[in-house]
Amino acid sequence: MEPVSHSPVLDERSRYLRRLIIRALAGAGRGHPGSALSLVEILRVLYDHALHYRADDPFHPDRDRLLLSKGHGCLALYAILADKGFFPATQLDQFCSMEGILGGLPERGRIPGVEASAGSLGHGLSLGVGMALAARIKQKKHRVVVILGDGEINEGSIWEAAMSAAKYRLDRLLGLLDYNKFQSWGPSSKIQNLEPLADKWRSFGWQVHEVDGHDVAALKQVLAPLPLTEGRPTFVICHTVKGKGFPFAEHVAAWHHKSNIGPEMVSMMEKALE
Amino acid sequence: MQKVCLGVVQELARDEQRVVFVGSDLRPGTMLSFQENFPDRFFMEGIMEMNVVGMAAGMAMEGLVPYVNTIASFLVRRAYEMLAAQICPLQLPVRLIGNGAGLIFTPLGLSHVFLDDIAILRALPNMTVVVPADVDEARRLMMQTLDWPGPIYLRMSKGKSPIVSREGDPCRIGQAILLREGTEVAIIATGIMVHRAMEAANALQRYGIGCAILNVHTIKPLDEEAILTLAAKVSHLVTLEEHSLIGGLGSAVAELLSTQAAYPLPLLVRLGTPDCFHDGYGSQDEMLAKLGLDVEGIIRSIREAVTRAKGPI
Repeated sequence: MEPVSHSPVLDERSRYLRRLIIRALAGAGRGHPGSALSLVEILRVLYDHALHYRADDPFHPDRDRLLLSKGHGCLALYAILADKGFFPATQLDQFCSMEGILGGLPERGRIPGVEASAGSLGHGLSLGVGMALAARIKQKKHRVVVILGDGEINEGSIWEAAMSAAKYRLDRLLGLLDYNKFQSWGPSSKIQNLEPLADKWRSFGWQVHEVDGHDVAALKQVLAPLPLTEGRPTFVICHTVKGKGFPFAEHVAAWHHKSNIGPEMVSMMEKALE
Repeated sequence: MQKVCLGVVQELARDEQRVVFVGSDLRPGTMLSFQENFPDRFFMEGIMEMNVVGMAAGMAMEGLVPYVNTIASFLVRRAYEMLAAQICPLQLPVRLIGNGAGLIFTPLGLSHVFLDDIAILRALPNMTVVVPADVDEARRLMMQTLDWPGPIYLRMSKGKSPIVSREGDPCRIGQAILLREGTEVAIIATGIMVHRAMEAANALQRYGIGCAILNVHTIKPLDEEAILTLAAKVSHLVTLEEHSLIGGLGSAVAELLSTQAAYPLPLLVRLGTPDCFHDGYGSQDEMLAKLGLDVEGIIRSIREAVTRAKGPI
């Protein structure tokens, strides 16, 4: 597996989910587009093919737990949750507004389908370890999936949790890395190089897979048969493109977060998906 | 006090499957019997407080009641963000049992001494802050923690303090206990300072100064009614704590008086540690004396305050 995404052409469903993201960006005039766009196919495959959930009963005890630890990618989560009927898509138009339920970062208890609050990075994997241990105590079979960002795993708490998960051989815990190679200021290789990344996770006791994070068929192949390995947690490095789908935003750090998104920028984004 | 508190955790675990214990590299042998009795609910983690408290949050989100124990300064400071961003907003029933807050770790110095825990924890919405006066009271309060809504921080002392709490007094989280009546001065004390307040009150009686004593074992939620009732009866209100003067019990009382008290206000004297970092070593008692928080220092401060107000007695 080459450590890059070959950036397959987006099909209609991927373009549709991105249009939902644009809807929210247009509504609020702000958001983290780049961080959401790299994540769309990962979430799409999870919700279309891998996770067990009920949109009409978001806290059903047997659901799989999906924690978006890189909370700033929430627009992609909101898009798929709206698509699946966790809340009306009209909520996207009220992103970040006083009237709406969808904040600039996701909060448990406010948004149906959001399993964990996120925003401060480095929390989700510890929460996931706790949830997986609770499932074991209660002899439940559901899985816990934590989506991490590459910038996020700069945080020391991630590596604390990585050690814990391996210690308890949490084979129903899955870490998914949206490895878009960029963080806020610029390329992660220049800010805090993570390589050799797969070796790091392997040495921490995790089973590691790598996949093109925009290749729906490949993602489906890796994610459908969860859990992947008995007796150890699984880490899937998803090679992605920050800003995927908008050529002007791809690999551009300035698209990590945007404010003052006006009609011109919205139509530019819409045209990119035609 | 740790032994007593963790003993209660084990008692609670016997009847209640929700109870789990999470430690962070504690002393050898700690909770071994819990491990033997409830191996699937025992977690001795490494030196990784943020992850430990995050794990506890995840467990609490799934309906468990985790009791987390380690050295208070690390537990609270390192994991503060987990408290602020996960545990408090969701009112998760995580119980933080902090070893060695205040000046207990004076011999070890700056890294372990913890004089701002009450300040930073009481600033968090939904947090309950409990500071037992002695081991008996710690036990009574711990027994109430299972179904208390939201997170709790329990500030433990060394456990060698004389017993001042009384079996017959109603002991409920959030309700202060009037230990002594008095008409002139009311000492509002918490934790290990309660027994020092009792000794000081006995001595002050000899100088003709009658002191009431209110044991505020719960700093948050504060028993406002008990404090305001007492404030209306006395000329001097003295707060007494083994904690910084910024943000602790004295601050909480000052905030209360400034917004809700009927006038005229009693004179407020706040006794606690000054706004400076730990200076030097020695024992907890020696440091308390150096800071004027031993019994003699408390007597001196109260006499001075009363004398200033009245002229020489």
